[in-house]
Amino acid sequence: MKDKNELIKEQILYQSGVNVRKCMRCGKCSGTCPGYDEMEYHPHQFVYLVETGDIEPLLKSESLYKCLSCFACVDRCPRGVEPAKIIEAVRLTVIRQQGKNKLTPDDIPAVIDDDIPQQALVSAYRKFTR
Amino acid sequence: MKFIYYPGCTLKNKAKNFDIDARNCAKILGFELIEVDDFQCCGGVFTTSADEIATKLSAVRALKAAKKAGLPLVTVCSACHNVIKQTDHAMKNDPVFADRVNGYINDGDDYHGETKVYHYLEVLRDITGFDKVKEKVKYPLDMNVGAYYGCLMLRPGAVMETDDPENPQIMEQLIKTLGGRPVDYGMKNECCGGYVTVTDPGFAQKRSKAVYESAKKAGAEIIVTACPLCRYNLTKNGADIPVLYFTQLMAKALIGEKNER
Repeated sequence: MKDKNELIKEQILYQSGVNVRKCMRCGKCSGTCPGYDEMEYHPHQFVYLVETGDIEPLLKSESLYKCLSCFACVDRCPRGVEPAKIIEAVRLTVIRQQGKNKLTPDDIPAVIDDDIPQQALVSAYRKFTR
Repeated sequence: MKFIYYPGCTLKNKAKNFDIDARNCAKILGFELIEVDDFQCCGGVFTTSADEIATKLSAVRALKAAKKAGLPLVTVCSACHNVIKQTDHAMKNDPVFADRVNGYINDGDDYHGETKVYHYLEVLRDITGFDKVKEKVKYPLDMNVGAYYGCLMLRPGAVMETDDPENPQIMEQLIKTLGGRPVDYGMKNECCGGYVTVTDPGFAQKRSKAVYESAKKAGAEIIVTACPLCRYNLTKNGADIPVLYFTQLMAKALIGEKNER
């Protein structure tokens, strides 16, 4: 029987549709990432750690919530690896668990002001909550 | 020419002027926008996970409404445009996804990407033509304008096909058409921080500041965008030049500051 780590890796590869073995470790995804300075693990490291199966540290990292889904890494990767899709799949692995939502209704009153567009709230919910 | 029009949630609330000016300018330019009946929010962002169906159904319903009417679908908000285009692309090219969605909706009219989707800017460029827009300009703009694209309108480039994602020109073309002077700057296609403004406002502030500082340094007197979240982030995080929707800029030139607004 497969261990839990292998199952998680399989799920991430299926959900993202990414072939991590295409990565040639050039680092362009991280070089172009607007969240680079905020991240503990950077886009190229997400790809590498999923490939090697060392996923546990990613599941615990705040870096999951620093991806802006801006797709800069997706469009600029010379090998078409699409790192943002890997980050999203790892994040879903976490937030789909009971009680692991990053954003809850209780968090909202503190962050809203008169001008905040509905779009900001629905987008944050879609990315951080299941 | 007629279009099915998908305004989206924010244009009915915090970005009403984005919507009103889109409609007023369409009247002047001679195309008709028919709002989708009972449209649902697109969700703001496209979820890339292969097993997610529910988060994409509202986009499919909008696409199906346009298919039923036999008309193209037009959006103005970058976020709606991104979600609808990416969903349409998946319905067209991912048979497993399309089969699951069609099976879930199961209304006897399966959808496989039949609807043509336009961003309002693409209608101006590809259908109306900027030369025709120019004929309607009553109050030419006399200012330096920084076009801000952000991420959603352009990427992923292979799906969006709006413009060259690394050197987009469609808003610059509109600015020139309206008599303004577009300024080029490095951050025009980089992210404003987006939805992390909700969970990590300090991070969004850094990204937004990098964008408006870059535009100002290049000489922009105002910034125009097609995204309510970009506008909010830039304005909230200290942009000391006005940040307007591109439809507001158009209304300034076609209608003037006070008339019928």
